[in-house]
Amino acid sequence: MTTTTATVPRPDVPAPPPGSAPAPPPVPEPVAAPLRRLGAGREFGANVYSTVDVLWVLYDRILRITPDTVDDPDRDRFLLSKGHAVAGYYAVLAAKGFVPGDWLDDQGGPASRLGDHPDRTMVPGVEIGSGSLGHGLGLGVGTALGLRAQGLLTPRTYVLLGDAELDEGSNHEAIAYAGATGLASLSAVVVDNRSATHGWPGDGAAARFTVNGWTAATVDGRDHEALHRALTGHDNHRPHVVVAVVDTQE
Amino acid sequence: MRETFVETATDLLTEDPRTAVVLADISAAAFEPAARRHPDRVVNVGIREQLMVGVAGGLALTGLRPIVHSYAPFLVERAYEQIKLDLDHQDVSAVLVSVGASYDRAAAGRTHLAPADVSLIDTLHGWTVHVPGHPGEVADLLRATVAADGPAYLRLSTQQNGRAHRGDGALRVLRDAGPGAPLLVAVGPVLDAAMAAVADLPVTVAYTHRPRPFDTAGLRALAGSEVILVEPCLAGTSSRVVSAALVDRPHRLLALGVGREDLRRYGAADDHTRWHGLDAAGLRRAVDGFLEPAFVSR
Repeated sequence: MTTTTATVPRPDVPAPPPGSAPAPPPVPEPVAAPLRRLGAGREFGANVYSTVDVLWVLYDRILRITPDTVDDPDRDRFLLSKGHAVAGYYAVLAAKGFVPGDWLDDQGGPASRLGDHPDRTMVPGVEIGSGSLGHGLGLGVGTALGLRAQGLLTPRTYVLLGDAELDEGSNHEAIAYAGATGLASLSAVVVDNRSATHGWPGDGAAARFTVNGWTAATVDGRDHEALHRALTGHDNHRPHVVVAVVDTQE
Repeated sequence: MRETFVETATDLLTEDPRTAVVLADISAAAFEPAARRHPDRVVNVGIREQLMVGVAGGLALTGLRPIVHSYAPFLVERAYEQIKLDLDHQDVSAVLVSVGASYDRAAAGRTHLAPADVSLIDTLHGWTVHVPGHPGEVADLLRATVAADGPAYLRLSTQQNGRAHRGDGALRVLRDAGPGAPLLVAVGPVLDAAMAAVADLPVTVAYTHRPRPFDTAGLRALAGSEVILVEPCLAGTSSRVVSAALVDRPHRLLALGVGREDLRRYGAADDHTRWHGLDAAGLRRAVDGFLEPAFVSR
């Protein structure tokens, strides 16, 4: 299922006067309204805009999951490891019908199901509760192994992380193990806004995966066609990482 | 106990296709035959304890029943946040099975000692904790906890009593000193020393291998005004639940167990048992001191 992925200016902020800071980056059109509703006038952090494009491409064109198949054992799994990237996530889930629009109106409120980090028991379609960095990839490795052990060979497991999240050593346990054992049904997606305090020198974040036997594609995190190619670029023999590079200001 | 665990877990892998075993090199050689038969359900991640528990969480998310096994400090202490988040917070569960206990490998030093493991697990909600006192108790407990689907921790040790006391973990009276007598509750492998310590005292002795959920109904039925708790883990591990169970009754509680201090001493497990006052003589000294004022006041 593919819809148009044209982008529009961010809806909740008027165009800045000439000479001021540039406008926030545009977001995929179907996500604009739920994101505006979720924001209710609030200013989103840069991490929201750095992640929303890849989230949209995943849910619109890659993941085999719909509101009707959130409990289907044969569904693809998407694990949001950087749980703070939640506004774009909720907006995409709303745009795709996983959560009702009115849930967006009191996000974070006392009766809300939508926290500042997602809880899998509270939100349909959310595979893991996250927030503390460095947990998603290990859970993703276990998910991929569990599906394989039950003969469920069609589903793919995707885990979205941030480049700074790679500071957490737990990721490197997972990267090394998945690479060494050729866990071919696993894809990591690293949204790279160059926010890791000490950086990933050399060939950047992807090298941390490829040295462990993963395949990798590093692409413009705003370019939906490039993201689509990268997210479908796994070779079915090794785990695959997509590094989605976004503006460092995001 | 470790051998019984490996045998039983190996059988469970064959009997129940939902069962999986997750390892971080510890005991991997012992699970080698099982790994050959069930390569997709015996997962050794290498020396990576965070990943070990994370993988268990992922397996459980797909519907499998993971048994996770390592040395107690590496399983519970090193990977505590994974236990809290990758299992509990995901609303999935596993059966954690440790070896090493408080000081089984005393000569290895502090890095391999985990007296606080049960206390750490006790910070979480809804866990069943078994501290078997004999290898003959292990198979039933593993089978029951794997079948029960909830979160469980089995603390295996090389310390053991002379004979097994099977059962579901309800307090079991092994010596009855009559109504109102002080009650000594021994948890797991400290039973024999405790029995010896109070052999000639009018003290009722009850045993459990299940500190969580503690048999509070049994405790209320047996306890008078003096309760003595003897545990092979941190002293006071079960004080909280005993105090809560007896909140409406005036009572005194003596909680004996392993101290918090890093002794920086090697030796054998028996040495540490003595240094922590958990041998029969040490327990007797503590019990005498506890009961003396009570006897005087009568």
